[in-house]
Amino acid sequence: MATTLQINGKSVQVKAAPETPLLWVLRDELAMTGSKYGCGVGQCGACTVLAHGQPIRSCSTPISVLGTAKITTIEGLGGDHPVQQAWIRHDVPQCGYCQSGQIMSAVVLLAQKPKPTDEEISSAMDGNICRCGTYQRIRAAIKDAAGLPQVASSPPPLKTPSVPAPAAKI
Amino acid sequence: MTKILDRMAAEGATRRETLTVAATLVGGALVVGCSPANVMGDILSLGATKDFGPFGPFIKVEPNGWVTVICKHIEVGQGNHAGLAALAAEELDADWAKVKTEHAAANAKVYANSAMGVQGTGGSSAISNSWLQLRTAGAAARAMFVQAAATKWNAPVGEVTVQNGVVAHAKSGKQAGLGDLVADAAKVPPTTTPTLKDPKTFTLIGTDRVRRKDSVAKSTGTALYTQDVQLPNMLTAMVAHAPKFGGKVVSFDDKATRQVPGVVEVFQIPSGVAVVAESTWAARQGRDALKVNWDLSKTESRSTDQLAQWYRDLAAGKAAAGDLKWAAFEARGAPSAPGAAALETTYDFPYLAHATMEPMNCVAIVNGASCKLISASQSPTLDQLNAAKIVGNLPGNIEVQTLFAGGSFGRRTNFQSDYAAEAVHIAKTVGHGRPVKLVWTREDDMRAGYYRPMVHHALLITTDKDGFPASWRQRVVTQSIMKGSPMGTPKLDSTSVEGAMGSPYLKATPVVDAQVLSPDVGVPVLWWRSVGATHTAFVMEHTIDQLARKAGRDPVDYRRALYAKAGANRHLAVLNLAAQNAGWGRPPPAGWTRGAAVHESFGSVVAQIAEVKLENGVPKVGRVVTAIDCGTPIARDQIAAQMEGGTCLGLAAALYGKMTLKDGAVQEGNFDSYRVLRNSEAPTVETYIVPSSNPPSGVGEPGTPVIAPAVANALLAMGQPPTTSLPFVKT
Ligand code: FES
Ligand code: FES
Repeated sequence: MATTLQINGKSVQVKAAPETPLLWVLRDELAMTGSKYGCGVGQCGACTVLAHGQPIRSCSTPISVLGTAKITTIEGLGGDHPVQQAWIRHDVPQCGYCQSGQIMSAVVLLAQKPKPTDEEISSAMDGNICRCGTYQRIRAAIKDAAGLPQVASSPPPLKTPSVPAPAAKI
Repeated sequence: MTKILDRMAAEGATRRETLTVAATLVGGALVVGCSPANVMGDILSLGATKDFGPFGPFIKVEPNGWVTVICKHIEVGQGNHAGLAALAAEELDADWAKVKTEHAAANAKVYANSAMGVQGTGGSSAISNSWLQLRTAGAAARAMFVQAAATKWNAPVGEVTVQNGVVAHAKSGKQAGLGDLVADAAKVPPTTTPTLKDPKTFTLIGTDRVRRKDSVAKSTGTALYTQDVQLPNMLTAMVAHAPKFGGKVVSFDDKATRQVPGVVEVFQIPSGVAVVAESTWAARQGRDALKVNWDLSKTESRSTDQLAQWYRDLAAGKAAAGDLKWAAFEARGAPSAPGAAALETTYDFPYLAHATMEPMNCVAIVNGASCKLISASQSPTLDQLNAAKIVGNLPGNIEVQTLFAGGSFGRRTNFQSDYAAEAVHIAKTVGHGRPVKLVWTREDDMRAGYYRPMVHHALLITTDKDGFPASWRQRVVTQSIMKGSPMGTPKLDSTSVEGAMGSPYLKATPVVDAQVLSPDVGVPVLWWRSVGATHTAFVMEHTIDQLARKAGRDPVDYRRALYAKAGANRHLAVLNLAAQNAGWGRPPPAGWTRGAAVHESFGSVVAQIAEVKLENGVPKVGRVVTAIDCGTPIARDQIAAQMEGGTCLGLAAALYGKMTLKDGAVQEGNFDSYRVLRNSEAPTVETYIVPSSNPPSGVGEPGTPVIAPAVANALLAMGQPPTTSLPFVKT
């Protein structure tokens, strides 16, 4: 039985059984591997995609419930999205595995709150785990994309002090 | 076995090499410790290709002017590819905007890590062991281009310059891009001893221009991970593992599994029962439907509470150590009858899972003895060896393609190649060269062991009249990571105690008696980002803060005095740099309390001053001022990124990290039970780099272990009791 999905502006027929989570249809059947598996139980956010502009955890969403929802995945952002451009400017990714999900959550946040507060950023991003610990750069990139000033207590991270280095004994 | 030996003889292996491999493979182990490293490289690379391009194994230049730096180290997130590329590009004088990176194919000898003797990424050594190698490769290639231009333009070599990828001869006004000269340069015989630049003349290394090369791919979902590999005709496999370590399959009922649409095959392998299917979801459902009858009679069936009590009893001499031997790691002066203890304390640390964002996985393709792996391994060489044993081939004949890893933190390398070997077993059974992608669920990954070991420390310290340590007795009980390893079991496993061993505080103490005991427990253990320092940094730094407070001294001043006694100048410099930028000595922002900690690991010294407050009894960390001395900085922005990320990983473990065994069964399975750090809990880390002209040292790990003691020390400053176990959050 085929299901029709609306993905990144296209109508797509998929063969997977209706109870199959969207994540596995995207990855295995449609070869759209930008959305990642991290936990499978809605805990980590690596699989985040948008449905009707709202973030959903595709690992825990069977395709049967999607109906005509317009799905947007990381592939649908196109690469020039202001959030992606800010991510690249800040060299946010480390291993990068969580970043598709992070970016999708940030896109929703800025669509809903173009000038979010620090608290709004943190709480909107709290469902997306990054084991590499890129959280600080995620916050900075979101502010950058929103045209907000950076945190006052965070001077540019690269500062060369004038303290001379003692000789190392390696 | 015989087959391997025959093939080795056929390939011209010397008798000594053959014997070494024979002896070690029979034992299922490779005796690196007993074999000269260069012989190991020869053995493990037998069968590997020796063909590289005209500019050698590290550099490719295309006619369009793009330069590819081939990285022998895996990029697991630590940003090493930025630094590795910069080393070669600096000496080649390439246009940084036209430099890209690529993972090297596995080759134990050509791509050996000079710190290991074989190819491998670990110990924060990627940049330090490539420092001269990649600069030499870049300089040698540059010389070929210069010679080619000189010949072509009939100009003296000394008058040809290279800048930003442009080769020029000022006098004749001739110039050409590197790409234009590739064909000519390829014909110039390479030199192995090119002249390297004086670091003072670097134009790229150490500048803010050295940025990641993979941010676009990783911000657009196009970076390729093992999880993403799709090949024609590929199958996806999952494995049912025993519920306790050491369990064995007795029988299984796969009736329901085989009814799941898409399930292709179900069979037993050494580590459990494999379910092979046409898609990930089918494999998952098939495995969920599988019923396995396990023999658990020989499993590790103790609980972590029992183990912790046993460790405490061993340290206190209340439990017999039996055949186990205490090994001294620091001993100085004659231990006299201790005077009144100034401080007697113990610390307990739990098992920790790495919980990389991408769970373990591996693609294997086996056809008879031919085998290819597509994976993200820190030790492609070990995987070659383990795969070779399974398919009956030479290690160098096992092709390994390395992809980005979705995190590693030490997990993607172990002597057994656990998940890679599992993939090879499955692909061998499937056979016919049909690709198999083994995937682990989060729960498989978290319950598979290879944890940071549990550790217990017991300390008894006396002080002199000024409050400085006069005698220091330390007992450490922890499983040895190196025990039974192919490198042989060392008498003293330094990975258990590094950081306490060599500590400037011990150097400044007249009488030291520090020993470690390594009990046997059936839980696989492994290095976890910063390894021994994950606990020794906490023990040393939290203890020192308590001693400072007992002596009535400012903890930063107290450390300065000890560093002066120990001659620990680099510690002093990072501490001063952090203290100065954090405003130590001036009041912290209202509501916050500062804690300091300093630790040396992997050749680098890191100081952190953390601003902490308690929110509902849970430490909340705000600003963290970090200073690092990592020798010559290569990729400054990535050094900062590693301090940020390392701090988060260290803080996650300090706040919540704990794997629990109940009667041998791992309790945690996913991020709901194994809490990790989330965005709102992540501090803002400021990084200051000590200027240095020393050779570069580690960056990936040294930022991890310092935050936990800095937080514990801030709690002390708040008047909270000393922290005697991690994690901070007990429930
Ligand atoms: S994989 Fe969907 S939330 Fe983790
Ligand atoms: S960048 Fe590695 S998990 Fe986020």
